Amino acid sequence: MSKDGSAVFFTTKLDDFVSYGRKNSLWPYPFGTSCCGIEMMATLCSDYDMARFGAEAVRFSPKQADMMIVAGIVNTKMAPILRTVYEQMAEPKWVMSMGACASSGGIFNVYSVTQGIDTIIPVDVYVPGCPPSPEGVLHGLMRLQDMIQKGETRAQHREQALKRINLFSPFKTSTADDIKNAGYNAE
Amino acid sequence: MDINTPVPTIYGKDFEKHGEMWKTQIAELRTKFQGAIEEVRFPREYPTDVPILYVKKESVIAVLDHLRSAPGFEYGFLADLTATDEEIDPRFEVVYNLLSHGNMARIRVKTRVSEGQEVPTATTLWMAANWPEREVYDMFGITFSGHPHMRRILMDDRWVGHPLRKDYALRGYQLFPDTPPPKPELLEKSDR
Ligand code: SF4
Repeated sequence: MSKDGSAVFFTTKLDDFVSYGRKNSLWPYPFGTSCCGIEMMATLCSDYDMARFGAEAVRFSPKQADMMIVAGIVNTKMAPILRTVYEQMAEPKWVMSMGACASSGGIFNVYSVTQGIDTIIPVDVYVPGCPPSPEGVLHGLMRLQDMIQKGETRAQHREQALKRINLFSPFKTSTADDIKNAGYNAE
Repeated sequence: MDINTPVPTIYGKDFEKHGEMWKTQIAELRTKFQGAIEEVRFPREYPTDVPILYVKKESVIAVLDHLRSAPGFEYGFLADLTATDEEIDPRFEVVYNLLSHGNMARIRVKTRVSEGQEVPTATTLWMAANWPEREVYDMFGITFSGHPHMRRILMDDRWVGHPLRKDYALRGYQLFPDTPPPKPELLEKSDR
Protein backbone atom coordinates (compact mmCIF):
# COMPACT_ATOMS: atom_id res chain seq x y z
CA MET A 1 0.00 0.00 0.00
CA SER A 2 1.28 3.44 -0.79
CA LYS A 3 0.53 6.50 1.32
CA ASP A 4 -2.61 7.50 -0.51
CA GLY A 5 -4.10 4.04 -0.14
CA SER A 6 -3.64 2.75 -3.68
CA ALA A 7 -2.18 -0.68 -4.23
CA VAL A 8 1.48 -0.94 -5.23
CA PHE A 9 3.72 -3.86 -6.13
CA PHE A 10 7.11 -4.78 -4.91
CA THR A 11 8.87 -6.86 -7.54
CA THR A 12 11.84 -9.11 -6.96
CA LYS A 13 13.43 -12.13 -8.50
CA LEU A 14 12.19 -15.40 -7.06
CA ASP A 15 15.78 -16.51 -6.45
CA ASP A 16 16.50 -13.43 -4.39
CA PHE A 17 13.36 -13.98 -2.37
CA VAL A 18 14.27 -17.60 -1.70
CA SER A 19 17.81 -16.60 -0.74
CA TYR A 20 16.39 -14.01 1.63
CA GLY A 21 14.37 -16.72 3.31
CA ARG A 22 17.27 -19.11 3.46
CA LYS A 23 19.78 -16.73 4.90
CA ASN A 24 17.50 -15.73 7.75
CA SER A 25 16.57 -19.25 8.79
CA LEU A 26 19.85 -21.12 9.07
CA TRP A 27 19.64 -24.32 11.07
CA PRO A 28 23.08 -24.99 12.49
CA TYR A 29 24.53 -28.43 13.03
CA PRO A 30 27.23 -28.13 15.73
CA PHE A 31 30.19 -30.34 14.85
CA GLY A 32 32.12 -29.31 17.97
CA THR A 33 35.08 -31.56 18.63
CA SER A 34 37.24 -29.59 21.09
CA CYS A 35 37.95 -26.21 22.67
CA CYS A 36 36.40 -24.22 19.82
CA GLY A 37 33.15 -26.06 20.54
CA ILE A 38 32.99 -24.32 23.91
CA GLU A 39 33.26 -20.93 22.23
CA MET A 40 30.57 -21.95 19.76
CA MET A 41 28.30 -22.76 22.71
CA ALA A 42 29.00 -19.30 24.11
CA THR A 43 28.02 -17.82 20.77
CA LEU A 44 24.77 -19.76 20.79
CA CYS A 45 23.92 -18.80 24.38
CA SER A 46 22.13 -15.71 25.53
CA ASP A 47 25.11 -13.31 25.83
CA TYR A 48 25.86 -13.32 22.12
CA ASP A 49 22.69 -15.02 20.98
CA MET A 50 23.01 -16.36 17.48
CA ALA A 51 19.22 -16.50 17.40
CA ARG A 52 19.23 -12.81 16.49
CA PHE A 53 20.47 -13.86 13.05
CA GLY A 54 17.87 -16.53 12.52
CA ALA A 55 20.25 -19.35 13.37
CA GLU A 56 18.30 -20.34 16.38
CA ALA A 57 17.27 -23.97 16.10
CA VAL A 58 20.40 -26.02 16.68
CA ARG A 59 19.80 -29.53 15.39
CA PHE A 60 21.85 -32.53 16.34
CA SER A 61 20.64 -34.51 13.37
CA PRO A 62 22.26 -33.63 10.04
CA LYS A 63 18.96 -34.34 8.28
CA GLN A 64 17.33 -31.36 9.95
CA ALA A 65 20.20 -28.89 9.58
CA ASP A 66 21.58 -26.85 6.72
CA MET A 67 24.61 -25.07 8.19
CA MET A 68 27.42 -27.14 9.61
CA ILE A 69 29.76 -25.40 12.05
CA VAL A 70 32.95 -27.43 12.30
CA ALA A 71 34.46 -26.21 15.56
CA GLY A 72 37.65 -27.90 16.63
CA ILE A 73 40.27 -30.46 15.75
CA VAL A 74 39.27 -33.09 13.21
CA ASN A 75 41.48 -36.14 13.61
CA THR A 76 42.22 -38.40 10.68
CA LYS A 77 40.02 -41.02 12.31
CA MET A 78 37.22 -38.43 12.47
CA ALA A 79 37.53 -37.53 8.77
CA PRO A 80 35.21 -40.27 7.42
CA ILE A 81 32.62 -39.36 10.04
CA LEU A 82 32.74 -35.70 9.06
CA ARG A 83 32.32 -36.64 5.41
CA THR A 84 29.39 -38.94 6.22
CA VAL A 85 27.60 -36.32 8.32
CA TYR A 86 28.11 -33.73 5.59
CA GLU A 87 26.69 -36.05 2.98
CA GLN A 88 23.65 -36.74 5.15
CA MET A 89 22.69 -33.08 5.20
CA ALA A 90 20.09 -32.05 2.64
CA GLU A 91 20.92 -29.54 -0.08
CA PRO A 92 21.39 -26.61 0.07
CA LYS A 93 23.95 -26.85 2.85
CA TRP A 94 26.63 -24.53 4.12
CA VAL A 95 29.82 -25.17 6.03
CA MET A 96 31.57 -22.80 8.41
CA SER A 97 35.07 -23.78 9.45
CA MET A 98 35.62 -22.30 12.89
CA GLY A 99 39.10 -21.88 14.31
CA ALA A 100 42.65 -22.55 13.23
CA CYS A 101 42.41 -26.30 13.71
CA ALA A 102 39.42 -26.85 11.48
CA SER A 103 40.73 -24.42 8.86
CA SER A 104 44.34 -25.57 8.61
CA GLY A 105 45.23 -28.07 11.32
CA GLY A 106 46.37 -25.22 13.56
CA ILE A 107 49.16 -26.04 15.97
CA PHE A 108 48.69 -29.77 15.39
CA ASN A 109 51.02 -30.30 12.48
CA VAL A 110 51.25 -34.06 13.05
CA TYR A 111 50.28 -37.34 11.46
CA SER A 112 47.04 -37.76 13.38
CA VAL A 113 45.25 -34.48 12.50
CA THR A 114 43.76 -33.49 9.14
CA GLN A 115 45.38 -30.34 7.85
CA GLY A 116 42.17 -28.42 7.27
CA ILE A 117 38.67 -29.81 6.76
CA ASP A 118 38.69 -28.47 3.21
CA THR A 119 40.70 -31.57 2.35
CA ILE A 120 37.51 -33.54 3.13
CA ILE A 121 34.47 -31.33 2.47
CA PRO A 122 33.85 -28.01 0.68
CA VAL A 123 33.92 -25.00 3.02
CA ASP A 124 32.17 -21.64 2.54
CA VAL A 125 33.44 -19.49 5.40
CA TYR A 126 36.64 -19.71 7.42
CA VAL A 127 36.74 -18.01 10.82
CA PRO A 128 40.32 -17.57 12.03
CA GLY A 129 41.38 -17.55 15.66
CA CYS A 130 42.35 -19.92 18.41
CA PRO A 131 39.59 -19.92 19.46
CA PRO A 132 37.73 -17.23 17.47
CA SER A 133 35.82 -14.83 19.65
CA PRO A 134 32.02 -15.03 19.50
CA GLU A 135 32.06 -11.74 17.61
CA GLY A 136 34.25 -13.43 15.02
CA VAL A 137 31.81 -16.29 14.65
CA LEU A 138 28.94 -13.84 14.26
CA HIS A 139 30.93 -11.94 11.66
CA GLY A 140 31.45 -15.21 9.81
CA LEU A 141 27.75 -15.92 10.01
CA MET A 142 26.87 -12.50 8.61
CA ARG A 143 29.39 -12.96 5.83
CA LEU A 144 27.77 -16.30 5.05
CA GLN A 145 24.38 -14.58 4.94
CA ASP A 146 25.75 -12.05 2.45
CA MET A 147 27.12 -14.88 0.35
CA ILE A 148 23.80 -16.70 0.40
CA GLN A 149 21.99 -13.52 -0.67
CA LYS A 150 24.35 -13.07 -3.60
CA GLY A 151 24.26 -16.76 -4.49
CA GLU A 152 27.99 -17.16 -4.01
CA THR A 153 28.09 -20.21 -1.79
CA ARG A 154 29.20 -23.60 -3.02
CA ALA A 155 25.78 -25.15 -2.51
CA GLN A 156 24.19 -22.48 -4.68
CA HIS A 157 26.85 -22.92 -7.34
CA ARG A 158 25.97 -26.60 -7.41
CA GLU A 159 22.28 -25.72 -7.61
CA GLN A 160 22.79 -23.30 -10.50
CA ALA A 161 24.87 -25.83 -12.35
CA LEU A 162 22.13 -28.43 -11.99
CA LYS A 163 19.51 -25.96 -13.20
CA ARG A 164 21.61 -25.11 -16.21
CA ILE A 165 21.92 -28.76 -17.18
CA ASN A 166 18.27 -29.55 -16.57
CA LEU A 167 17.28 -26.57 -18.76
CA PHE A 168 18.62 -28.37 -21.79
CA SER A 169 17.52 -31.88 -20.88
CA PRO A 170 14.84 -31.76 -18.19
CA PHE A 171 14.40 -35.52 -17.82
CA LYS A 172 18.03 -36.43 -17.48
CA THR A 173 19.54 -37.09 -14.10
CA SER A 174 22.65 -35.02 -13.67
CA THR A 175 25.93 -36.47 -12.57
CA ALA A 176 29.04 -34.86 -11.15
CA ASP A 177 30.60 -35.02 -14.62
CA ASP A 178 27.66 -33.08 -16.09
CA ILE A 179 28.18 -30.37 -13.51
CA LYS A 180 31.82 -30.12 -14.44
CA ASN A 181 30.99 -30.01 -18.15
CA ALA A 182 28.51 -27.20 -17.53
CA GLY A 183 31.44 -25.05 -16.45
CA TYR A 184 30.93 -24.99 -12.71
CA ASN A 185 33.35 -26.23 -10.16
CA ALA A 186 31.21 -28.45 -7.97
CA GLU A 187 33.65 -28.58 -5.11
CA MET B 1 72.44 -36.59 34.42
CA ASP B 2 75.08 -38.51 36.33
CA ILE B 3 73.70 -41.87 37.24
CA ASN B 4 75.36 -41.88 40.66
CA THR B 5 73.84 -38.68 41.98
CA PRO B 6 70.91 -39.34 44.30
CA VAL B 7 67.58 -38.47 42.83
CA PRO B 8 66.45 -35.24 44.50
CA THR B 9 62.74 -35.63 44.03
CA ILE B 10 59.67 -36.81 45.83
CA TYR B 11 60.56 -40.25 44.58
CA GLY B 12 62.84 -40.58 47.61
CA LYS B 13 59.77 -40.79 49.79
CA ASP B 14 58.62 -43.94 48.02
CA PHE B 15 62.05 -45.41 48.51
CA GLU B 16 62.08 -44.63 52.25
CA LYS B 17 58.73 -46.32 52.64
CA HIS B 18 59.12 -49.38 50.46
CA GLY B 19 62.88 -49.79 49.96
CA GLU B 20 63.27 -52.75 52.29
CA MET B 21 60.16 -54.46 50.97
CA TRP B 22 61.34 -54.07 47.38
CA LYS B 23 64.72 -55.55 48.29
CA THR B 24 63.23 -58.68 49.85
CA GLN B 25 60.76 -59.04 46.99
CA ILE B 26 63.46 -58.80 44.35
CA ALA B 27 65.68 -61.26 46.23
CA GLU B 28 62.77 -63.72 46.29
CA LEU B 29 62.11 -63.22 42.59
CA ARG B 30 65.77 -63.78 41.77
CA THR B 31 65.81 -67.14 43.55
CA LYS B 32 62.49 -68.21 42.08
CA PHE B 33 63.12 -67.13 38.47
CA GLN B 34 66.83 -67.74 38.05
CA GLY B 35 68.09 -66.47 34.76
CA ALA B 36 64.76 -64.98 33.74
CA ILE B 37 65.56 -61.64 35.33
CA GLU B 38 68.23 -60.00 33.21
CA GLU B 39 68.77 -56.83 35.11
CA VAL B 40 67.39 -54.84 38.03
CA ARG B 41 67.52 -51.07 38.25
CA PHE B 42 66.97 -49.84 41.75
CA PRO B 43 66.15 -46.33 43.01
CA ARG B 44 69.15 -44.37 44.36
CA GLU B 45 71.41 -46.48 42.15
CA TYR B 46 69.71 -45.46 38.94
CA PRO B 47 67.55 -42.39 38.27
CA THR B 48 64.20 -44.05 38.73
CA ASP B 49 61.33 -43.80 41.15
CA VAL B 50 60.50 -47.49 41.48
CA PRO B 51 62.55 -50.62 40.78
CA ILE B 52 62.69 -51.71 37.16
CA LEU B 53 62.94 -55.42 36.46
CA TYR B 54 64.13 -56.48 33.03
CA VAL B 55 62.64 -59.89 32.34
CA LYS B 56 63.15 -62.26 29.42
CA LYS B 57 60.06 -62.21 27.28
CA GLU B 58 59.53 -65.98 27.52
CA SER B 59 59.02 -65.80 31.28
CA VAL B 60 57.44 -62.36 31.58
CA ILE B 61 53.96 -63.77 32.13
CA ALA B 62 55.17 -66.09 34.89
CA VAL B 63 56.92 -63.21 36.65
CA LEU B 64 53.87 -60.97 36.27
CA ASP B 65 51.63 -63.70 37.62
CA HIS B 66 53.89 -64.11 40.63
CA LEU B 67 53.92 -60.35 41.21
CA ARG B 68 50.16 -60.24 40.86
CA SER B 69 49.10 -62.96 43.25
CA ALA B 70 51.95 -64.35 45.35
CA PRO B 71 51.65 -63.49 49.06
CA GLY B 72 53.89 -60.61 49.99
CA PHE B 73 53.70 -59.12 46.48
CA GLU B 74 50.07 -58.60 45.49
CA TYR B 75 50.62 -56.05 42.75
CA GLY B 76 47.09 -56.70 41.63
CA PHE B 77 46.51 -53.62 39.48
CA LEU B 78 47.94 -53.18 35.98
CA ALA B 79 48.26 -49.41 35.98
CA ASP B 80 49.69 -49.12 32.49
CA LEU B 81 51.05 -51.17 29.64
CA THR B 82 53.04 -49.39 26.98
CA ALA B 83 56.24 -49.59 24.96
CA THR B 84 59.26 -47.56 23.91
CA ASP B 85 61.36 -47.55 20.75
CA GLU B 86 65.04 -47.53 21.74
CA GLU B 87 66.56 -47.68 18.24
CA ILE B 88 69.11 -50.29 19.38
CA ASP B 89 69.00 -54.06 19.24
CA PRO B 90 66.69 -55.36 20.69
CA ARG B 91 64.63 -52.48 19.48
CA PHE B 92 61.57 -52.23 21.72
CA GLU B 93 60.87 -52.36 25.42
CA VAL B 94 57.39 -53.34 26.57
CA VAL B 95 56.64 -51.70 29.92
CA TYR B 96 54.26 -52.99 32.59
CA ASN B 97 53.51 -50.62 35.47
CA LEU B 98 52.01 -52.42 38.45
CA LEU B 99 50.41 -51.05 41.59
CA SER B 100 49.72 -52.82 44.85
CA HIS B 101 46.67 -51.40 46.56
CA GLY B 102 47.46 -53.25 49.78
CA ASN B 103 50.99 -51.89 50.16
CA MET B 104 50.47 -48.70 48.16
CA ALA B 105 53.65 -49.52 46.28
CA ARG B 106 54.49 -49.58 42.60
CA ILE B 107 56.87 -51.68 40.55
CA ARG B 108 57.85 -51.69 36.89
CA VAL B 109 58.53 -54.69 34.69
CA LYS B 110 60.13 -54.35 31.27
CA THR B 111 60.87 -56.84 28.57
CA ARG B 112 63.07 -56.32 25.54
CA VAL B 113 61.84 -57.42 22.15
CA SER B 114 63.33 -57.21 18.67
CA GLU B 115 61.44 -56.20 15.59
CA GLY B 116 59.10 -58.92 14.35
CA GLN B 117 59.15 -60.88 17.61
CA GLU B 118 56.02 -61.61 19.59
CA VAL B 119 55.35 -61.04 23.28
CA PRO B 120 52.96 -63.32 25.16
CA THR B 121 49.74 -61.51 26.02
CA ALA B 122 48.92 -60.34 29.53
CA THR B 123 45.17 -60.58 28.93
CA THR B 124 45.31 -63.99 30.62
CA LEU B 125 46.16 -62.17 33.87
CA TRP B 126 44.37 -58.85 33.45
CA MET B 127 41.46 -58.28 31.09
CA ALA B 128 42.49 -54.63 31.24
CA ALA B 129 45.57 -55.46 29.16
CA ASN B 130 43.41 -55.92 26.09
CA TRP B 131 43.20 -52.35 24.83
CA PRO B 132 46.70 -51.22 25.89
CA GLU B 133 48.15 -54.15 23.98
CA ARG B 134 46.15 -53.18 20.93
CA GLU B 135 47.45 -49.65 21.33
CA VAL B 136 51.05 -50.90 21.53
CA TYR B 137 50.43 -52.94 18.39
CA ASP B 138 48.92 -49.93 16.65
CA MET B 139 51.67 -47.49 17.60
CA PHE B 140 54.76 -49.74 17.53
CA GLY B 141 53.83 -52.85 15.56
CA ILE B 142 54.63 -55.26 18.39
CA THR B 143 52.29 -58.24 18.23
CA PHE B 144 51.09 -60.10 21.31
CA SER B 145 50.66 -63.83 20.85
CA GLY B 146 47.41 -65.17 22.26
CA HIS B 147 45.67 -61.81 22.24
CA PRO B 148 41.99 -62.30 21.36
CA HIS B 149 41.72 -59.37 18.97
CA MET B 150 45.05 -58.16 17.63
CA ARG B 151 44.08 -55.24 15.42
CA ARG B 152 44.43 -51.46 15.35
CA ILE B 153 42.58 -49.44 17.96
CA LEU B 154 43.44 -45.75 17.45
CA MET B 155 44.39 -45.33 13.81
CA ASP B 156 42.29 -46.17 10.78
CA ASP B 157 42.35 -49.83 9.76
CA ARG B 158 43.83 -48.83 6.40
CA TRP B 159 46.76 -46.99 7.96
CA VAL B 160 50.22 -47.97 6.72
CA GLY B 161 53.04 -48.07 9.27
CA HIS B 162 53.18 -47.52 13.01
CA PRO B 163 53.27 -43.83 13.99
CA LEU B 164 55.16 -43.89 17.30
CA ARG B 165 58.18 -45.67 15.88
CA LYS B 166 61.18 -43.38 15.79
CA ASP B 167 61.61 -43.85 12.06
CA TYR B 168 58.02 -42.85 11.24
CA ALA B 169 57.88 -39.40 9.65
CA LEU B 170 56.54 -36.79 12.09
CA ARG B 171 54.28 -35.43 9.38
CA GLY B 172 53.50 -38.72 7.71
CA TYR B 173 49.94 -37.72 6.89
CA GLN B 174 47.55 -40.31 5.57
CA LEU B 175 44.01 -39.25 4.80
CA PHE B 176 41.06 -41.63 4.52
CA PRO B 177 37.95 -39.52 3.88
CA ASP B 178 35.67 -42.46 3.05
CA THR B 179 34.23 -44.74 5.68
CA PRO B 180 36.05 -48.06 5.92
CA PRO B 181 34.33 -51.11 4.48
CA PRO B 182 32.16 -52.87 7.07
CA LYS B 183 33.50 -55.95 8.81
CA PRO B 184 30.70 -58.45 9.45
CA GLU B 185 33.01 -60.72 11.44
CA LEU B 186 33.37 -58.05 14.12
CA LEU B 187 29.67 -58.18 14.86
CA GLU B 188 29.83 -61.84 15.71
CA LYS B 189 32.95 -61.87 17.86
CA SER B 190 32.93 -60.15 21.18
CA ASP B 191 35.66 -57.54 21.61
CA ARG B 192 37.31 -59.67 24.28
S1 SF4 C 1 41.74 -23.48 17.03
FE1 SF4 C 1 42.52 -23.34 19.14
S2 SF4 C 1 40.66 -23.23 20.41
FE2 SF4 C 1 40.04 -24.01 18.39
S3 SF4 C 1 40.10 -26.23 18.55
FE3 SF4 C 1 42.09 -25.57 17.76
S4 SF4 C 1 43.37 -25.37 19.59
FE4 SF4 C 1 41.24 -25.40 20.29
